[in-house]
Amino acid sequence: MIAGISIYEILTVTSILFFIGVYGFITRKNLISILMSVELILNASVINFVVINKYLYPDMLQGVFFSIFIIAVAAAETALAIAIIINLYRQIASVEVKDTEIMKY
Amino acid sequence: MDITYTILIPLIPLAVFLLLGIFNKSIKPAVSGYIGVAGLSTSAALSFYTAYQYFFVHGKVDGVYKAIVEKTVWMNFTETLHIDIGVLIDPISIMMLIVVSIVSLMVHIYSRGYMKGDEGYTRFFSYLSLFSFSMYGLVLATNLFQIYIFWELVGVSSFLLIGYYYTKPSAVSAAKKAFIVTRFADLGFLVGILIIGYYTGTFDFETLNNPEGSAILNWASTSFMGLSVITWALLLMFIGGAGKSAMFPLHIWLPDAMEGPTPVSALIHAATMVVAGVYLVARLFPMFYFVEDGFALEVVAYVGAFSSLFAAIIAITQTDIKRVLAFSTMSQIGYMMLALGVSKYEGHDGLGYMASMFHLFTHAMFKALLFLGAGSVIHAVHSNYLKDMGGLRKYMPITNITFLIAALAIAGFPLTSGFFSKDEILVAAFENNKLLYFSGVLVAGLTAFYMFRLYFGIFWGKDTQYKHAPHESPISMTFPLMVLALISLFGGFIPFSKYVSADRVGFDVHLNYPLAAVAVSVGLIGIALAWIFYKKENDLASRFANSLGVFYKWTYDKFYLDEIYIFVTKNIIFNRIAAPIAWFDKKVVDATMEGIGNQTAVVSEKIKGMQSGKVQDYAFSFVAGIVILAIVFIYLWTN
Amino acid sequence: MERIIFYILALIIIFFAIASVSSKKMLRSVVYLLFVLCGISGLYFLIDYNFLAAIQLTVYAGGVIVLLIFSVMLVHHIEMELELAKVSKRILIAVASLLGLGVFLTTIYSYEFIVVENSITTTTEDIGFGLLSYEAGGFILPFEVISILLLASMIGAIIIAKGTKITNKNNDSL
Repeated sequence: MIAGISIYEILTVTSILFFIGVYGFITRKNLISILMSVELILNASVINFVVINKYLYPDMLQGVFFSIFIIAVAAAETALAIAIIINLYRQIASVEVKDTEIMKY
Repeated sequence: MDITYTILIPLIPLAVFLLLGIFNKSIKPAVSGYIGVAGLSTSAALSFYTAYQYFFVHGKVDGVYKAIVEKTVWMNFTETLHIDIGVLIDPISIMMLIVVSIVSLMVHIYSRGYMKGDEGYTRFFSYLSLFSFSMYGLVLATNLFQIYIFWELVGVSSFLLIGYYYTKPSAVSAAKKAFIVTRFADLGFLVGILIIGYYTGTFDFETLNNPEGSAILNWASTSFMGLSVITWALLLMFIGGAGKSAMFPLHIWLPDAMEGPTPVSALIHAATMVVAGVYLVARLFPMFYFVEDGFALEVVAYVGAFSSLFAAIIAITQTDIKRVLAFSTMSQIGYMMLALGVSKYEGHDGLGYMASMFHLFTHAMFKALLFLGAGSVIHAVHSNYLKDMGGLRKYMPITNITFLIAALAIAGFPLTSGFFSKDEILVAAFENNKLLYFSGVLVAGLTAFYMFRLYFGIFWGKDTQYKHAPHESPISMTFPLMVLALISLFGGFIPFSKYVSADRVGFDVHLNYPLAAVAVSVGLIGIALAWIFYKKENDLASRFANSLGVFYKWTYDKFYLDEIYIFVTKNIIFNRIAAPIAWFDKKVVDATMEGIGNQTAVVSEKIKGMQSGKVQDYAFSFVAGIVILAIVFIYLWTN
Repeated sequence: MERIIFYILALIIIFFAIASVSSKKMLRSVVYLLFVLCGISGLYFLIDYNFLAAIQLTVYAGGVIVLLIFSVMLVHHIEMELELAKVSKRILIAVASLLGLGVFLTTIYSYEFIVVENSITTTTEDIGFGLLSYEAGGFILPFEVISILLLASMIGAIIIAKGTKITNKNNDSL
């Protein structure tokens, strides 16, 4: 519990963070930037897990466990994504989204 | 009597077929010949053993040759309707086993010489084994469906062997013709089988043939268009039999089938497969005889008689020796059909049935002999045509004598095998139907004439100058000739009626001397005419042919039956029926489907821009969609 | 006091998040993301989840950010300017995002959370016992699954990033 701060305020912050991530995901033209936006979205959800755990069910730890799992998965995902991006860069010498639309039509 | 070992009779050739077929390239030709002969010898030995056991040791129970059946259910439809696989041993199947064994074994031995040096030697022997397997299976079948399966298998082997020289267009088209015509006829057979199965609820021969059984007594009264359904089924099955046995008007494939190697013609298109139709009618003889007073049987008799006469007339004018023999085969099978058709069921009245089977046996021997002799001649002269032959008796003594024996046998010369069987056929016909009897006598005379025309044309007649002096064939080819000649000569003394008869009891036959004298004298007249026309080179024959004018031309062209078929199929079926249907299929059915496809393609071409391939565009649609759904379901749809 | 700290952290998080998604320079963008993550870690400290905060710092700030920086170094010149989306598109997406945010916030604010007043401090020991417990409600199985997943992704990453020696092969074939 943070003294004087209600759950609404924290949830507002995380919602804003989430939509910033969505905005970044859609507007950015670079694969690494997109990856970063995904991190933002994930972090917003992690904070939600933790905060709801803390404010509503303080005697349980499920939220924390889920946060840990999400962080682990996110780390794995980042490692894989960066491996793919680097491999892609070797092949087409670019990490721009506009160069990776072979799958259109 | 335990007869399980008889399943080995068909299975050994099957094994040989698989062996030779799979290791086609890796087996030396000489070895494959020995394998084929060895396999068939084993089957033949087993067949003889079975025959001995059945006829002389175990078969006769209370004076009747009971059928012995060993079978297992293969497919079960209902309580009574099931398809079995098994072996059925009774006098006619034993008789056929012997025929197939002898002829097939002789042909195997003969082929080792005849096909020597041929590229597809191993392939040839594997096909021969396949055919032997199918034919044994057909003969031993216990029910209609099993016989149908093997019926088609012999059709396939026949197709493969006619088209053996597959680089020759004429052989390929002959193979196709044979297959299509017989297949077309087999459609009738199949429909007949299904009708029988539907009404009587069984395919089993023993159940169907029981004269007191429900198939004959009860269902025969269910009528359709004036005839009982069983009669219809029998007639339809007879169409199948007529297709295989080359009865008019489904005979057109048989002359063309002579494109195959000559041993094949001897085995398949003279001795065994083409008599499958006769065997089928004989197999179902009680049904044919008892249902509706034998109406179907009468049809069989008339079709047989007409085919017999028709083919004999055509055979006179043909110049290709194998074609002459082919028409002769058709004519003789017509004889067998005629004999079956005039037969009755019990005791001595069943003479026709027995005579038919007897003639089947003797005919298989002498006709195989004729074909093998012709093969020997063709082997020496490298031509199928009479004009390239003449005076060969000096070069090929063994072929000459054996061919002469066969010709005498088929002409019904006294004391040869053909004399006895033919005499019995004519007696049976005389006792039942005078019209058929006269046609039979006429055919006997024609047969003698054209056979001796052939004989004199090949071995006497003009002294043709040959580029390479023809020589007698090797021992592997003459040995079968001699064996078959012996059987053709003395086969008539087998007391056939003791063993094979419609009611399986057996009876005694005695020569009917007046009728025999008529037949023999007609035969002798035929031979004499041939002697006058063809013994020495003269122009009597051509003068006579010219005096016949148009009729000769018609006969020479086989009464234009092939052309009629072509006309009917091409002009009527193709143009009038098939073409409009094809148009409908293309322009309406296909066009609808293609239109739907094309419209889909056009629409997708227009909207494919939505698939930009950019992940973010998809993500945007996704997010926007979720937001909209959230708005709708949380705020607008709250009731 | 905590209130002020929270507001400062919230401001840091939101400001740097916006900066991160709109910066034209790649490396700066990554550094802004680092600030966001650190801010979030501070938030965890604030609500007394020290272990989680530590994980956030080590895994994100220590691992992911370094990984990102390395990849940026590998595929970009540091001074390269990023291409931005068209203004109209940016506005459209911003409006859509705001709309979504509005939906979220109205939903959140219209819901009565039953908040339990407490000041329980969760120790690392509790988390360890919870994670490795195999009784009802224990998380041992997901824990193991996650370990396998991490191993698999590590191997996968190595394999993918290693790639094939395209250039050598091409030279050989030429």
